[in-house]
Amino acid sequence: MFDIFVLPFCAGVVALLAVSLMKYIRWINSFSKRQQITIRRNILSIKILPAIWEMFRECLLHWRITQRNLLLGYMHRSLAFGWFLLIVVGFVQALMACPGGHPFYAAIFFNYFEPRSERIVEFAHSQQIATLMDVLLLYVLSGLFLAMLKKVWSKPLGMKRTTKHNLTDRIAKFSLWCIFPLRLLAEGATSSIYGNGGFLVRWVGTVIAAIGLDSAEIEYLLWVLYSLALGTFFTLMPFTRYMHIFTEVFLIYFRKNGVIEGNKPSGYTKFELSACSRCGICIDHCPVNRELGISNTQGVYLLQTIRNKDLWHRAEQIAANCMVCDRCQVECPVGIDLATIRRQVRSEAHTAIDKPVGYNYLERVHPFNAIGRIAYFGGCMSHLTPGITSAMEQIFKAAGQPYWYMDKEQSICCGRPLLQQGLVKQAEVLRRKNRDMITRSGATMLVTSCPICYQSFVKEYQLSIKVMHHTEYIDMLLRSGKLKVKAGSERIAYHDPCELGRGCGIYQAPRDVLGSVGTLLKTKEERANSLCCGYNLGNISISTDQQQLVRDAALGNLLAPNPDTIATACPMCKRSFARANAIPVKDIAEIVADSLVQD
Amino acid sequence: MSATDFGFTISTTRIVDFDAANRQRYEELLSRVPSYKYCIACGNCTATCTAGGMTGFNIRATHLKFSRGQYEGLADELNKCMLCGKCVLVCPRGVNTRALIVNMRKLLEES
Repeated sequence: MFDIFVLPFCAGVVALLAVSLMKYIRWINSFSKRQQITIRRNILSIKILPAIWEMFRECLLHWRITQRNLLLGYMHRSLAFGWFLLIVVGFVQALMACPGGHPFYAAIFFNYFEPRSERIVEFAHSQQIATLMDVLLLYVLSGLFLAMLKKVWSKPLGMKRTTKHNLTDRIAKFSLWCIFPLRLLAEGATSSIYGNGGFLVRWVGTVIAAIGLDSAEIEYLLWVLYSLALGTFFTLMPFTRYMHIFTEVFLIYFRKNGVIEGNKPSGYTKFELSACSRCGICIDHCPVNRELGISNTQGVYLLQTIRNKDLWHRAEQIAANCMVCDRCQVECPVGIDLATIRRQVRSEAHTAIDKPVGYNYLERVHPFNAIGRIAYFGGCMSHLTPGITSAMEQIFKAAGQPYWYMDKEQSICCGRPLLQQGLVKQAEVLRRKNRDMITRSGATMLVTSCPICYQSFVKEYQLSIKVMHHTEYIDMLLRSGKLKVKAGSERIAYHDPCELGRGCGIYQAPRDVLGSVGTLLKTKEERANSLCCGYNLGNISISTDQQQLVRDAALGNLLAPNPDTIATACPMCKRSFARANAIPVKDIAEIVADSLVQD
Repeated sequence: MSATDFGFTISTTRIVDFDAANRQRYEELLSRVPSYKYCIACGNCTATCTAGGMTGFNIRATHLKFSRGQYEGLADELNKCMLCGKCVLVCPRGVNTRALIVNMRKLLEES
């Protein structure tokens, strides 16, 4: 059971396995210390079960994509799950047909060898399995048709823009697209000579005969082409986006075991880079593309560019032009940690200036004795919106809560703006100072008004006391009855700040608070889909005019239900919207302070 | 004759020699941060500055010194910035002051 035409396929498989294995071993070896410890601790844990379930759900069924768009999900699923089943059923078919064992390529070229090899015997349900194989092939082909449709008309698949691929990706895609039609034609040609195969293959066989082609002549050529397409695809796979097929499986396993990205790129980052299928879902949702029409800086291009070492300079530019609104991270069906990877690139770009030497002057700031009090951290931005901080002071007083406004006079930045720009060491100095101040003050809890600081305190500080954003804190006061507000008739549209919503998952507390003082309106893009206010600190490469375009889009979304007031929970968003002078913009703290009921 | 210490000296010269000053870096800065062209040196950034509240750090002065090619001590001065972003929000001319600071620091480091 051998013919020379199977060689390209076999060579492709060997190349694929050898290169992927080599890459994976190298990557796993270059995991950071912390990541290695996490893996070692969890390697035999029960977490493997949810990991296997997620692998099945995401790598084969593409569940997250299906939830976005049914047709897009169908396309990805038919290609992944369909092909997977085609391979599995093909192997079962070959196994049943050759009780004495068979070479591994026999399953792939089964229809060619079936009438020719004497090792293949008649087996039970052979016709049903042949029919099943045809159904599966048809399933894959339908997905292929959608993939081709997406290239010319992507709207029905829920995508405005699709990814612009590089040359190797395009060659690999072409060979992938050739595989299935060639298989069908080759099997059809064999069928028209020997009459084997299922309904589809037989039909193709009759068509080939009907249009007057000599099956005996073209059959061998078609099998050669089929094998060549497979071989080309497999050889190119480790060097193209199709590496995601295997890599995503590993990524899910590592992620389920608790491995996270570090400040510096590691082997795990390589897994994330290769797990990107370049589906391009991130492009449509990015505000830099939506509002500014810059469509070559999204996550997909960032990862693609990082994988090519020659394009490092371009990667730096791409990483810099991002609002850090985290929308892409929510949309990414693979769940790649795009924000951290971006920060790694920024950090590398700014290595020369990341010198933590200029902050000696902070030594002069001393903590206050705040035992038993709440520490209140307004944040730098809140100093520009004094309405928020004075409203918070009013609320603390109304609730009878002793507090320490820790950055009232001499404010120290939380460090997150530096961190966002990749200045890791500098940020650490500020964090150390603030952490020291908070710990030594003896405060019982930390309340902050700025979601940027909040995210920093929660994720980067490892404080031993509870940290709350003021929306959560006010919600808690209202629930416990320490604070009483009168309900009004104000129609309020709430803007979810990126750092608070997508960053920290706080969506409900602000809504509950606003619901108790007025009528909360629904907007089209809210919660995890909320739009960036445009003025965040993440992007230093765009101009004020461009920021305003991003802002206007978010403002339009908020103004659509015709509210009296726009509410937000971030000093930066407040200032951004207030500048447009459309309607009053208030922070939740201000709205609550205005409707306080004094006992 | 040994120098006599009068307890004071004449002040150092403050003449800016534009022939000697290397404007190349300044031109590069302008190309990297085009909005810098709109700066009217109003000083709002300096007034609101978080680091400026605790030190003599003066963004406007650093811009000015950089544009004149007076780089002495500038890098140390710029290291005081916490990049908090208040200056961007108060700028009436829409100058991207944070980009200005990051790029000044990079340009000083690159040479």
